[in-house]
Amino acid sequence: MATQATADLDQNAGIKQTVPRRLWLGVLHDWVTTVDHKKIGLLYIGYAVFFMVIAGSEALLIRIQLAVPNNHFVSPQVFNQLFTMHGTTMVFFVGMPILFGFGNYLVPLMIGARDMAFPRLNAFSFWISAFGGLLLYFSYFGASGLYGAGSAPDVGWFAYAPLTAQIFSPGHSTDYWTLAVLLSGIGSVGTAINIVATTICMRCPGMKLSRMPLLPWLYLVTSCMAFVAISPLTAAQIMLMLDRYVGSHFFDTQAGGSAVLWMHFFWIFGHPEVYILVMPAFAFANEIIPVFSRKAIFGYPAMVAASVGIGFISFSVWAHHMFSVGMGSGPNTFFVLASMVIAVPTGIKIFNWLATMWGGKIHFTVSMMFAAGFLFQFLIAGLTGIMLAAAPFDWQLTGSYFVVAHFHYVLVGAILFMIFSAFYYWFPKMSGHMLSERLGKWHFWIFFIGFHLTFDFMHIPGLLGMPRRIYTYEADRGWQIWNMIVSSGAIFQAIGILLFVYNMIWSYFKGPIAGPDPWDAWTLEWSTTSPPPDYNFAVIPTVKSRRPLWDLKHPDDPDSHYE
Amino acid sequence: MLVLSITCGIFLVVGGLLLYAMLRYRHRPNDVNAAQEPAQIYGSNQIELSWTVIPILIVVMLFLATARVILATEDAPKPTSALDVTVIGHQFWWEYRYPKLGIVTANELHIPVSDPKHPTPTYLTMSSADTDHSFWVPRLAGKTDLIPNQVNTMWIDPNNPGLYLGQCAQYCGVQHAKMLIRIYADSPADFAAWVSHQQGLAVENPSAAEGRKIFQHNACISCHTVAGTVATGRFGPDLTHIASRDTIASGSVPNTAANLRAFVDNPASFKPGALMPPMHLNDHDLNAVTAYLMSLK
Repeated sequence: MATQATADLDQNAGIKQTVPRRLWLGVLHDWVTTVDHKKIGLLYIGYAVFFMVIAGSEALLIRIQLAVPNNHFVSPQVFNQLFTMHGTTMVFFVGMPILFGFGNYLVPLMIGARDMAFPRLNAFSFWISAFGGLLLYFSYFGASGLYGAGSAPDVGWFAYAPLTAQIFSPGHSTDYWTLAVLLSGIGSVGTAINIVATTICMRCPGMKLSRMPLLPWLYLVTSCMAFVAISPLTAAQIMLMLDRYVGSHFFDTQAGGSAVLWMHFFWIFGHPEVYILVMPAFAFANEIIPVFSRKAIFGYPAMVAASVGIGFISFSVWAHHMFSVGMGSGPNTFFVLASMVIAVPTGIKIFNWLATMWGGKIHFTVSMMFAAGFLFQFLIAGLTGIMLAAAPFDWQLTGSYFVVAHFHYVLVGAILFMIFSAFYYWFPKMSGHMLSERLGKWHFWIFFIGFHLTFDFMHIPGLLGMPRRIYTYEADRGWQIWNMIVSSGAIFQAIGILLFVYNMIWSYFKGPIAGPDPWDAWTLEWSTTSPPPDYNFAVIPTVKSRRPLWDLKHPDDPDSHYE
Repeated sequence: MLVLSITCGIFLVVGGLLLYAMLRYRHRPNDVNAAQEPAQIYGSNQIELSWTVIPILIVVMLFLATARVILATEDAPKPTSALDVTVIGHQFWWEYRYPKLGIVTANELHIPVSDPKHPTPTYLTMSSADTDHSFWVPRLAGKTDLIPNQVNTMWIDPNNPGLYLGQCAQYCGVQHAKMLIRIYADSPADFAAWVSHQQGLAVENPSAAEGRKIFQHNACISCHTVAGTVATGRFGPDLTHIASRDTIASGSVPNTAANLRAFVDNPASFKPGALMPPMHLNDHDLNAVTAYLMSLK
């Protein structure tokens, strides 16, 4: 089946890139002014890794403070700033940019496009998000204005009203928080629109929506969700600013405003946000698990349908964060049902990954090891999620360390594990060099042990009555030993992260040359050089199935016969 | 319990299948067919249908069980024998008012233990004076938030006498961590004795007269109430019977003269962020005020 399409793909693999040496100023100018989706993707990723190290260090300080009862390592004010900055940074300046970074890099390559639909909007979105992150951290120096030393926001990452009102949060730290989140939201909406437009309009010839690989599909879904979910967040931030400076009373309870209104605004963003973050992790799993199992993804249409289903249902579950605010039995019952229903499409995904591995030949590279960790941990996180969806269970455990353990199981155990998996899988494409598998195995095992020490045992103090966001506790509550174990796990995780950063730097310079297709994979990004040239493809490819490189490698048995 | 056993069951089955697949189907480099790609299977509608329908059935079952508990808890009829208490959350302490008994106290809630045959549950009517708080005593009930401009209710019904510990579970500001709850479930006789004691005015102890004078001539009275005296402030805890409580600073430390003195001298010494300012009293006045407070049995 040597078609025109396969011939084109062959051509792309042979492109040679000649990069002349330039002065560092030229390089810098190049990165700052670039509108190339790959460079912007790498900027996003680098920026996210930088903030991940910062927010991770904040988590370490939190864990040192909580390791023993009645600790005086940090003051309560500093502790409250630490968990606020940790949460805000991890969600808005690590999670969102790293996932948009991979999306920026991979979506055009996988659909055979030369760039995103709106390259300039793309650059604008990155820089406005980056400015938001800098603004958040500038609060350490600038938040109190001329009156004294700086102070970071200390209202918690969901910043419940009326704690954010002028009277309870004087000074400017809350303003920095509000503006940082607002700007990051503008950037995210820009990128979301861009990804939607790119996947809808820029696919290469032959790539119907039903042939689009699952990664761009899930990025389409997650971008539509981001687009819808960030609007109420932005609206709420503007209302908060008006409350603080213009004298409006949306959330100002002292003047008759509503604290519950803020909760609704925040969580109708906040819960879809969880799915916005986890959907790209699913997207990575959809590409990585089949390649290392050496089988096509099982149930492609079901996977697409489940993702779209999660996208819709996720907008009807937000008030399960609010079972304890006294909504009454009617709304509580509705949100129990909606939250439990989301387990069905999520279950379909897990079963399909299981079926993809079933009967395959699974290669346990570091990338696949992280994906395997993801599967187990996501299963557990999903099941504790069902427990928390049962309102009576939630009345007991909401706002406790059980919830903290549950959502870290999702954010670290599922999403971060899958991000690591994606790094090991696509780093060769991005840099042209393989990551060290030996260092990677160390990274995996140390991080895996640390993760389970921390987040398995974190469920227990929650069950024993330990609320989140307390800077200290008494020795007689029986939480001591568990907190000690949790804190010791944090050290393992920190070592794992350092190994990972070291591995990236070392491999970038010394790693073996990857070649265009080191994993013997099937999607279009592997048909061009590593790293891909400007504009990606010398000849725009034409595809006949979901796995164009499978067709190329198996001309006697192409996918297009079965789809 | 049902939820827990079902989720554990699902974990064992699905987790087991995942583990089996990963071990059974791992790549074996020494296999004769190692280089060959495995059979490509694209999916099966029957299988997809089965793992859609079965989870739906499980979800329906879980939902019905959950809905029953929600309705039984939230819409339970209130017996006439119930005790009413109004709970008001403050940064960073709890105000308890017994409207029918005419008692106002703080941080330590006394309720009668409930006999299953003649239940005397306690119904809490809750709101907040400032930021959001949440009332959580794990062994008695789940959480209910205290939200300004909103009135929530919950009930507790302990069947065993004793002390139940809890604390604020919604981040409410700097000292969220030291906003502890102590609930004393007393036998009916003990509770009646406690009620009649609390209903009395503040004890007038002549030996503490000097401290009383200093107390009443300082800013103390603009925030604190001592029933029967000029002190009628509402911003801080009612001190009419403070010496009858086991702890001070919302359950942070035992109620001893030394702790009380340290707290009056500078509340930030063990509760930084507490809204009470340091009183800047000299040693003599400090001792006298402490003696006065300790006399308010």
